[in-house]
Amino acid sequence: MYKKGIYTVLSNEPLTPAVYRMVLEGDTQYITRSGQFINIELEGKFLRRPISVSDYDATTVTIIYKVVGRGTEQMKGMAAGQRLDILTGLGNGFSTDNGTERPLLVGGGVGVPPMYNLCKRLLAEGKRPMVIIGFNTKEEVFYFEEFKALGVDVYCSTADGSFGTKGFVTDVIREEGLVFDYLYTCGPLPMLKALYDATEVDGEYSFEERMGCGFGACMGCTCKTKYGNKRICKDGPVLKRDEIVW
Amino acid sequence: MVKHFDTSVELCGVRLDNPVIPASGTFGFGREFAEYYDLDCLGAISFKGTTRDARFGNPTPRIAECSAGLINSVGLQNPGIDKVIAEELPHLRQIFHKPIVANISGFSLEEYEECCAKIDKEEQVEIIEVNVSCPNVHNGGMSFGTQPESAAEVTRRVKAVTTKPVFIKLSPNVTDIVAIARACEEAGADGICLINTLLGMRIDTMRRKPVIANKMGGFSGDAIFPVAVRMVYQVANACKIPVMGCGGVSSASDVIEMMMAGATAVQVGAANLKNPYAAKEIIEALPQEMERLGIERLSDIIGIVK
Repeated sequence: MYKKGIYTVLSNEPLTPAVYRMVLEGDTQYITRSGQFINIELEGKFLRRPISVSDYDATTVTIIYKVVGRGTEQMKGMAAGQRLDILTGLGNGFSTDNGTERPLLVGGGVGVPPMYNLCKRLLAEGKRPMVIIGFNTKEEVFYFEEFKALGVDVYCSTADGSFGTKGFVTDVIREEGLVFDYLYTCGPLPMLKALYDATEVDGEYSFEERMGCGFGACMGCTCKTKYGNKRICKDGPVLKRDEIVW
Repeated sequence: MVKHFDTSVELCGVRLDNPVIPASGTFGFGREFAEYYDLDCLGAISFKGTTRDARFGNPTPRIAECSAGLINSVGLQNPGIDKVIAEELPHLRQIFHKPIVANISGFSLEEYEECCAKIDKEEQVEIIEVNVSCPNVHNGGMSFGTQPESAAEVTRRVKAVTTKPVFIKLSPNVTDIVAIARACEEAGADGICLINTLLGMRIDTMRRKPVIANKMGGFSGDAIFPVAVRMVYQVANACKIPVMGCGGVSSASDVIEMMMAGATAVQVGAANLKNPYAAKEIIEALPQEMERLGIERLSDIIGIVK
């Protein structure tokens, strides 16, 4: 289930020069799984802006977004008290009832945010998650301390080596010799593919596609899977490893 | 005294509680919207464009945002006529108890014929809407809807295999919409639906590439409303058969404007994608708008502007 509602901006602050965190207050009952997204109406824009949920509780939703175009530029300027028309509870999200005990969570860039709530959820369910976050350079890194504060093993890679392991998230797995029984990941397509090739461990991969409606009506974001066509917005964004067609 | 506002209209003998119909391709087979509201408030539903065979459609990305609209190049993704009849139609009938408009597309005359003959047997379908904007694979990919002769030929072939009212949904990407509409009327069409999307294109200036993988796509949304009103007006004045107006409708006021231009029913398309409650909210706003404009019966204003 999903729902349209009015949400109020509580805070909106930069985490890095290009990445912002916005906390919204409103009805969160339709957000039921980590890895779901919300779709925000912006004044003067025809389509809503789909942004993944980083965290949520009974009354607030936290999103972390990168300023990449005119829509997110508009969001960056929003102050506390602003009211927004938002569809919540969209997308399938990650499953946690898959028997995993020692999952590895890998986020790349703005694929990091959904891993935060997922990590909290897995911990609450008594699992022992490990986390890798990957960026291009130190200036882009966010949420390293936040993950550490959850008490999990957290690793970071930067492509230029300015913070953490030099290279990619797959280099961390190899160099640290990480052993895990399930993989959750969200990030750029080349990273998802590299992870898929680097491990045979089962897992769930969160994909991105340009969307129209965000709730399954327009068929704009359809992808092919081993089990037929799926809409990234409605049947995804999370696909199970065994159904992915690259 | 509480005034009664009569929003009902009649379309080729099919009574609609109100003239508002979600447009094909923006409403799927109703499933997604039924999670938001009771679909029975709608006048009718025009379901997702259906072809003989299942189609994936075009490569992604196939959506590009524009000022006051969007371009799509979905490319008629659908499960194919047999699966639509076996699975989607029965489900739609469970969640929706008002008239169903079956939107049929084809890439050859035979495909139109075959699909319409199959839909003709389905009691749940009240009206067939034939999309003639698809390219004809037997004629160098030229769209059926761009020539009066080919649009008329589709009309004749379809009419021969069904007794249900047939509306031909026309493309606006033509030089003389009236000639095409008249040709369809003469070929036996029971009504005309217009307009389909306008061919458009966006370029990602940073990447120096088209935004859409297929380069071009159909432009819809608020921006095309004036074009739609103009074409509805032209066609309604040139033809005797009823017109379903479509294109950029996003308010009760737009519905009334399009009816004044000559539309008997009005389809709401891209607005559904921005706001899933759009069609419902437009219907709820109709009585207030009628009161404001001094309209008691909506059917009285059809084509009132000369």
